[in-house]
Amino acid sequence: MSLGKDLQHVATLEPETIPSTFPKKFPRRDSRLARLREGLRLVWRVLTSNRKVAIGSSIVAFFLLVAIFGPLLAPYDPTATSRLSETPPSAAHWLGTTATGQDIFSQLLYGTRSSVFWGFLTGLLVTLVSVVVGLVSGYFGGIIDELLSLATNVFLVIPALPLAIVAVGYFPKGPLTIALVIILTNWSFNARLLRAQTLSMRSREFVTAARASGESVWRIIFFEIFPNEIGIVAAAFVSTVIFVLLAWTALEFLGLGDINTVSWGSMLYWAQQSDSIFSGLWWWFAPPGCCIALLGAALALINFGIDEIADPRLRSEVSEHVPKELKEKAVT
Amino acid sequence: MRHLLRRILFYLFAAWAAITLNFVIPRLAPGDPAAVLLGNLQSRGIHVGAAYLKAIQAELGYNTSDPLPVQYLDYLNSLLHGNLGVAVTSSFEPVTNVIGRDIFWSLGLGLVSVTLSFALGCLVGIVVAWKRGSLLDTILSPLLNFLSAIPYFWMALLILYIFGFELRWFPLTGGYDELNVDPGWTLDFIASVIYHGILPALTIVIASVAGWMLTMRNSMITTLSEDYVLMAKAKGLHTSRIMFAYAARNAILPNVAGFAISLGFIVGGQLLTEMVFSYPGIGYSLLQAVQNQDYSLMQGIFLVVALGVLGANFLAELSYAFLDPRVRLERSA
Repeated sequence: MSLGKDLQHVATLEPETIPSTFPKKFPRRDSRLARLREGLRLVWRVLTSNRKVAIGSSIVAFFLLVAIFGPLLAPYDPTATSRLSETPPSAAHWLGTTATGQDIFSQLLYGTRSSVFWGFLTGLLVTLVSVVVGLVSGYFGGIIDELLSLATNVFLVIPALPLAIVAVGYFPKGPLTIALVIILTNWSFNARLLRAQTLSMRSREFVTAARASGESVWRIIFFEIFPNEIGIVAAAFVSTVIFVLLAWTALEFLGLGDINTVSWGSMLYWAQQSDSIFSGLWWWFAPPGCCIALLGAALALINFGIDEIADPRLRSEVSEHVPKELKEKAVT
Repeated sequence: MRHLLRRILFYLFAAWAAITLNFVIPRLAPGDPAAVLLGNLQSRGIHVGAAYLKAIQAELGYNTSDPLPVQYLDYLNSLLHGNLGVAVTSSFEPVTNVIGRDIFWSLGLGLVSVTLSFALGCLVGIVVAWKRGSLLDTILSPLLNFLSAIPYFWMALLILYIFGFELRWFPLTGGYDELNVDPGWTLDFIASVIYHGILPALTIVIASVAGWMLTMRNSMITTLSEDYVLMAKAKGLHTSRIMFAYAARNAILPNVAGFAISLGFIVGGQLLTEMVFSYPGIGYSLLQAVQNQDYSLMQGIFLVVALGVLGANFLAELSYAFLDPRVRLERSA
């Protein structure tokens, strides 16, 4: 969770030797297409340069593909009941059936769409809120910063899940409620991270220059400072999605979501409601949890990889091939 | 001293914010919780008259005829008198009684498992950082990373299934053997409590240990490259002395500082774990409150958990100031 601090090292390292998540310069004169190509090449380099990032993003890509195309491949209607109840995995039902004879493999494919879609969308919105709060608070300082920091710190220490349970309990059940509540309870961590980063960037030359040239405050914050924090924001987004996935499935598991839609969380809810454990129906509750764990681990792997790219000292293999002048640079 | 005062003020403010959130959320929500409660009671065959409905509304603090500030003062007043309303799920028992009965189970389970996972995580983190790149490091670090991405309740389901249902090594539900043992300070009862607590504690430790360990590993690696560690090695000090007294002592600070965020997460996880194991703590009561739309109980549990976490965080900060003199000196200078 020490991403912000570690990522600062990126700035001190040569972009040629260490693939940086920051653009090393802004190629303003290039055509838009060339910039896009440059950007894509940069993303590709980040994805392939580190083994952890490569493995993690392959798994995430797999889940995204399943989310998009999975329901097309589902052999059965996920909600259709049949008389074949509680059958273990077989050729006809790859992952067996539920207590009401629904096909678990089909449910998993449909559930992936719902869970991945809402997980990433909510993660994006949470990140958006923390970016706005963090940057505004860090840039303006003064009373605005005091107030926003206070709110951030308060939400940081109030336990998120109990608050989310209370809040969701009062509002109409549905994905929108859960999304809003998760945004309310999860924005603070990254906001604090980005505030600290913005604070250190506020007095840099390019910001002073932009201010002197009469750029508007919002332009400075979101077009001058924000692009320089894109690496941290990306890492923050990745870890936020993990938290969101966990919170989302936890709330659905408690029956606080829309229990009639098919998702990983609601599958677990029904499995628990039918006492699947005490009937030994492992094929019911095991697959959705495996998916959550796998996707979460893949996202965490991406972040550890980014950490290693940013701070070579964290690599598990002791790296001898760091150039000497680079080492000296990192020390100073 | 000024630093301490600032932190006390902050935590008081945070407590006020939690209390106020608890007041605001129900009033932002559409619909009438009292009506929901009424329907809930009627569906269980309890007759509810008009006067009784009014009493319930008053009890819940939804006397909509009063203006909001009056409602707020009423709410604060009843909080001060320790009145959190009545829990419908356990036959109109005061919420404070329900929580008072459950809290010891939760506190016991939480204290034991958080201490275990913190100690274990830090220790493993130290060793893994010391032997960076070894077989242990390359296997353990990704494995724990995978474990930390597993939802608590699913981990609980899995552990309950394997050790409770398949192997039958441990009991499936409850906090002690209610049929054969009477609660009290007897050896039988304590043994039964420990026996029933092992699986829930194991769940919490496994799910939370990775966070401590990974923070410790990363911070330890950074510390190990400091000059004073090199100096200690050059002086030929004993390995364990360098490891613990020189490096780990400084490397542990981020873990203590991160305690606040981790604790909130672990407590949430513990609530879910208790639900799966039907453990008689406040998590299990919360589940019943959620399923029966028992709003007073839900809110009471949120308040107790929030205030408890705030208190624990404050203690963690005090210990941080004790461990790291820079915090004390810098701010009070």
